[in-house]
Amino acid sequence: MVPRKTTLPKKGLALNPGGAGPAKAHIKKPTPWKNYLVKFGFYAGIVGIWELVCLLGIWPPHILPSPVSVALTLYRGFEDKSLLVGIGVSMQRLVIGYSISVVLGVTIGLFLGRIKYLEHSLGSAVLGIQTLPSICWVPVATLWFGFGQVAIAFVVVIGSLFVIVISTQDGVKHIPPLLVKNARLLGIEGWRLYWEVILPGALPTIVTGMKLGWSFAWRSLMGGELLFAKLGLGHLLNQGRVANDTSLLFAVMVVIVAIGLMVDHLIFAVAERSIKRRWGLLVEEH
Amino acid sequence: MIDKSPLVEMAKGPSPVGAARRATPTLSRPIKLRLTGVSKAFRSANGNTTLALQDINFEVREGEFVCILGPSGCGKTTLLNIIAGLDRAGCGDVLCNGRRVKGPGMDRIVMFQESVLFPWLTACKNIEIGLKSKGLSKAARTVKAMDFLRLVHLSKFANAHPHELSGGMRQRVALARSLAMEPEILLMDEPFTALDAQTRWILHYELQNIWEKTGKTVIFVTHNIREAVCLADRVIVLSSRPGRIKREYKIDLPRPRDDGSVEVAALSTEILAILRDEIEKVMREELDEGSCKECDVKCVGVTPDNSNPK
Ligand SMILES: Nc1ncnc2c1ncn2[C@@H]1O[C@H](COP(=O)(O)OP(=O)(O)OP(=O)(O)O)[C@@H](O)[C@H]1O
Ligand SMILES: [Mg+2]
Repeated sequence: MVPRKTTLPKKGLALNPGGAGPAKAHIKKPTPWKNYLVKFGFYAGIVGIWELVCLLGIWPPHILPSPVSVALTLYRGFEDKSLLVGIGVSMQRLVIGYSISVVLGVTIGLFLGRIKYLEHSLGSAVLGIQTLPSICWVPVATLWFGFGQVAIAFVVVIGSLFVIVISTQDGVKHIPPLLVKNARLLGIEGWRLYWEVILPGALPTIVTGMKLGWSFAWRSLMGGELLFAKLGLGHLLNQGRVANDTSLLFAVMVVIVAIGLMVDHLIFAVAERSIKRRWGLLVEEH
Repeated sequence: MIDKSPLVEMAKGPSPVGAARRATPTLSRPIKLRLTGVSKAFRSANGNTTLALQDINFEVREGEFVCILGPSGCGKTTLLNIIAGLDRAGCGDVLCNGRRVKGPGMDRIVMFQESVLFPWLTACKNIEIGLKSKGLSKAARTVKAMDFLRLVHLSKFANAHPHELSGGMRQRVALARSLAMEPEILLMDEPFTALDAQTRWILHYELQNIWEKTGKTVIFVTHNIREAVCLADRVIVLSSRPGRIKREYKIDLPRPRDDGSVEVAALSTEILAILRDEIEKVMREELDEGSCKECDVKCVGVTPDNSNPK
């Protein structure tokens, strides 16, 4: 008999020869109100128990401040603008450092993914350096750049750069080769190839890397500010420690978590979803 | 008034260009593509070399529709890649319009077995991105892309992303894109194999129509003998690995051909006999190599004596 191919047409992804493309993400539909209720109940319970423990007076307030005093500190912090200034300064530093990191990281990653020589030289260096916790760069940063904004930016960049480089490189490597071949057949070459094929092809993975990079940047910034910066949320933490003001520490920590969650949920989760949907990588669960 | 692409205009009405070209006997037309002594070996990771193609010689004339048939793994895709310039021949020459093929060029477009569309672009943009390489203005690109989408009856889906289209629709977009590039040679690697029978039949019909009206040179790789006989001016049968040209058939049947007609059936049977020999050769090799019991058991049903009632 003459063999006939019985390749089944693949559903969803148009360009997945041999499953070389990125795996499909199963992302749940927006959580129904019931789940929100459960979540809310859980956190309310935690706060309740916390308040109860404080009322029992097992630990003195300078060790464990009550939720009420933390809330009051938060309120006062926003009223006298000290927290607002802290948030503003930190966000500004973060945005500057992170933007540099994204532009640099994506550019380096694109080339690393495409050029074999770079991958074996620079790529291995990147893999090595990224194992270094970003806080380890603080001493070097202060020696090189003093105690100013540049040193902070440096710490933020170095903290988030590598994960973006590595994700971008990974995204580039997982573009189906047939897609790139096809682009060459269509006369897409040089810068156009990078801009119109490689970059969008790797974008879903790049966004994941950017999300990771953001949280890395956030952590590096807090570390740096805590150790040597003036103003900013990390600096407020340090102030709280010096003044023995535990409720200030807790208040600042709550703000840090809130900002982290907000950016993650409002910016990155939304961006990731919409890109994956557009790229056909999203399978809605019913 | 925006001027319509000549191809679409031709595809609509009776076409003077395609018809005139078809009226000229094939042999008096200029040679479009010539392969001389093309061989290709692959070296695998463990150091073994596989000879995929051996001493391939043939030429294709302008406007000819050539089908390449052969058993799985005989090097059909490799051959197409070499012609497209995506792969280099180990030795031998590939001449396109008398010039040696050095790399991919927009005069030769490949349509792959699975539609290779850019998933982040809409159907229309997928066609436009290729037209951009040809230096068309933005407006002209859109007009032309829409023309070709209309040609494959997908103008309603111009703004759909590939994952929103069915397999057959995606392959039609790929066909539209290949045609919109207006290549001199259209290389098709089992383009319709992954599709169901009805869709395949419709696309055959459309491809034939377009080809007859535009007079493009087409090289079409397939597993399917009837498909080859129905479509081609000439069928080249490759032997099992290493791929060599085993036989060539000129097919002079009038078009459009009905794949159930007696002539098509007769020719198909003849080609099948040749191909069967080749496939059996592959299986015999496998049997010789795989001396394990499991292999013997698996292959009992397809031993040469059983499957070939001579
Ligand atoms: N990149 C590669 N590296 C090593 N061997 C390869 C490579 N590509 C193809 N081959 C070998 O070359 C031979 C021909 O492959 P090719 O893909 O051209 O076959 P084909 O005729 O297109 O088969 P099919 O009909 O199944 O698509 C095969 O035996 C395969 O093992
Ligand atoms: Mg093949």
